[in-house]
Amino acid sequence: MSEFEQLYREVILDHYKSPRNHGLLDPRDAYAEGQNPLCGDEISVTVRFGEGDVIEEVGFEGRGCAISQAATSMLSDLVKGRTARDVAAMPKDELLDEIGIPLTPVRLKCALLGLGVLKVALHKAKGTPLPEEWGTSAGDITLN
Amino acid sequence: MTTPAALDAHALRADFPIFERPSHGKSLAFLDSAASSQKPRQMLDAMRDFYETSYANVHRGVYELAERATEGLEAAREKVRALINAPSAREVIFVRNATEGLNLVAYAWGLSNLGPGDLVVVTELEHHSNFVPWQFIASRTGAGFALIPLDEQGELRLDALEGIAEKGRVKVVATGVVSNSLGTVNPVEQLVAWAHEQGAIMVADAAQAVPHRKVDVQALGCDFLAISAHKMCGPSGVGALWGRAELLEAMDPFLLGGHMIRSVKADETTWGELPHKFEAGTSPMAEAVGFGAAIDYLEDVGFDAIERWEHELAAYALDQLAELPWVASYGPPASRRAGIVSFNVDGVHPHDVAQVLDFEGIAIRAGHHCCQPLMKKLGVAATNRASFYLYTVPEEIDRLVAGLHVVRKAFA
Repeated sequence: MSEFEQLYREVILDHYKSPRNHGLLDPRDAYAEGQNPLCGDEISVTVRFGEGDVIEEVGFEGRGCAISQAATSMLSDLVKGRTARDVAAMPKDELLDEIGIPLTPVRLKCALLGLGVLKVALHKAKGTPLPEEWGTSAGDITLN
Repeated sequence: MTTPAALDAHALRADFPIFERPSHGKSLAFLDSAASSQKPRQMLDAMRDFYETSYANVHRGVYELAERATEGLEAAREKVRALINAPSAREVIFVRNATEGLNLVAYAWGLSNLGPGDLVVVTELEHHSNFVPWQFIASRTGAGFALIPLDEQGELRLDALEGIAEKGRVKVVATGVVSNSLGTVNPVEQLVAWAHEQGAIMVADAAQAVPHRKVDVQALGCDFLAISAHKMCGPSGVGALWGRAELLEAMDPFLLGGHMIRSVKADETTWGELPHKFEAGTSPMAEAVGFGAAIDYLEDVGFDAIERWEHELAAYALDQLAELPWVASYGPPASRRAGIVSFNVDGVHPHDVAQVLDFEGIAIRAGHHCCQPLMKKLGVAATNRASFYLYTVPEEIDRLVAGLHVVRKAFA
C-alpha cells in the first residue's frame, strides 16, 4: 500500500467526496463553527435533539482539506443516537480509531476539528463540559 | 529552460548537505525557501569553527579568547552593514529575526511617537509580523490604522495613498519589500517618498528581499529595515534590524538588562551607545558569525546572479502552471515578481495538495502564509506556495508539475 493509500484510504476519499449528513439543519437545537487557522479548514455543525438529549440529527458544512471534511462526516454518523453528555465526553481516540489512518501532529488538528466544533455546539446548547485538550494542542483551533 | 545563467545551481547544490538525504525514498525537491532556506557547509563550518576556536562571551572579557569572539561578532556586524550599504555598523542591531526587529521599532519608536490623530499605514499584502505589531501599537496609543489596498494582480494601489493621507497624520508607513506569499516586488522608493512627504518614517520588512537581491538602504531611503538570517542561508535565531542613527538614538531601548547599559544605580540607569543600547543580554554570537559566513557565501555566488536565476525559475514555473487549466495562480506577472509562486488546484484543498506532493518528495507550503488579510482579499482560505533559491533547479519545477497531475488524478 503506497503512502497515499495509507493516508487517503478509500473510506476517507469516499466520505470526502460524498459527505454524510451534509448541510446545516434548520430548525436546529445547537450550532457552532470553528476554523483551523493553521491551514484554513472551516467546519460548522448543527444538531437536533430527541428525547433525553439524544442526538437525533447532525448536519455539517465546511471548507477544508479531505481529512478535516471526511473526519467530520465519519463523526456525524458515529454520534447519531447517542446522548449529548456521552458525545461531549468522547475521547479523541475513539474518532481517530474510526478514521484509522496514520496522522502527523499537524494533520491531527485537521482530523479533530469537527469533534471540537461539535463539542462546543453541545456545550452551548446543553451545558455539557468542554474538554481541556483539543487534539494535540489547545488554542490553535479557534472555535465560536 | 534554455537560458544560461550566471550561477550554476546544480553545482551549488553540492554545498548543501541536506540535499543528500532522500525524502520518501526520492531525492528532495525543496520548494519552500521562502519559509526558510537550507544551509551551505561553509556556513555550518564557520559556526563550528567559532565554537571550537574562538568562543567566549563578547565585549566583556579581557582574555584573548574573548577578544577573538568579539572580533568575530563585530566582523559579522560589519558584513551586514556592507550587505545593505548602511552608513555605519553602529546602526546594525542583532536581533532574533525580522519579526523581533519589527517589534522593536513598533514598541521602542511607536509607543513614544504615536497618539490620537496619528495614522499607522501598512498594506493588505503584509506578513503578520509587519501587520500585527503595528495594529497593536496603534490601538495602544490611540493612533489610527490604515491599509494600502491591492489590485487583482496582487500589486499595491498607489492611487489609494491620497485617500489614506486624509484619514490622519501619517506617522509610520510599514511595508514589505518583497511579498512572501505572492512574490510581489513593492515600489519601495515611491512609498518612502510618500512617507517622507507626510512627515512619516518608513519601515521596510526585507525578510523576503535581502536573501534574494541587492538591497541598499541609502538608495531606498527607508528609515528602518528588518532581516532574518535563516532565510538567507544563515542559522535560525539571528537577524538584523538596521535603523537611522538619529532615530535609534532618540528611541527608548526595547529589551533591558546587561550589556545595554552604561551605568546602573539604585536611582538611575543610563543606556549604552549604539548598537549596544538595543542588544540586551548575551547576543546570539555563534549565530551572528554564521550570519556573516552566509553573507560571504551569497556575495560569492552574487546577488544579481541569484536574482536573475530566481526570476527565470519563476517565469518558467508560471508558464508551466499556465498550461494546466485546473490550476489558478495568483500575483503579478513574472517581470514584476520575485521567485515565489502561489497557486491553487481546482477542487483540492492546499493541505491535500501539499500532502500528496510530500509523498513525491516535494516540499511546498500550504496555508495562509501568515497573510490572513491577503487570503481574505483573494477569497480563499489558503494557497499552495512554491518558492525558489540559488539551489533550485528547473527539474524540481518539472517534478512539481508532474506531482500536480498526481494530485488531480488522486482527487478526481
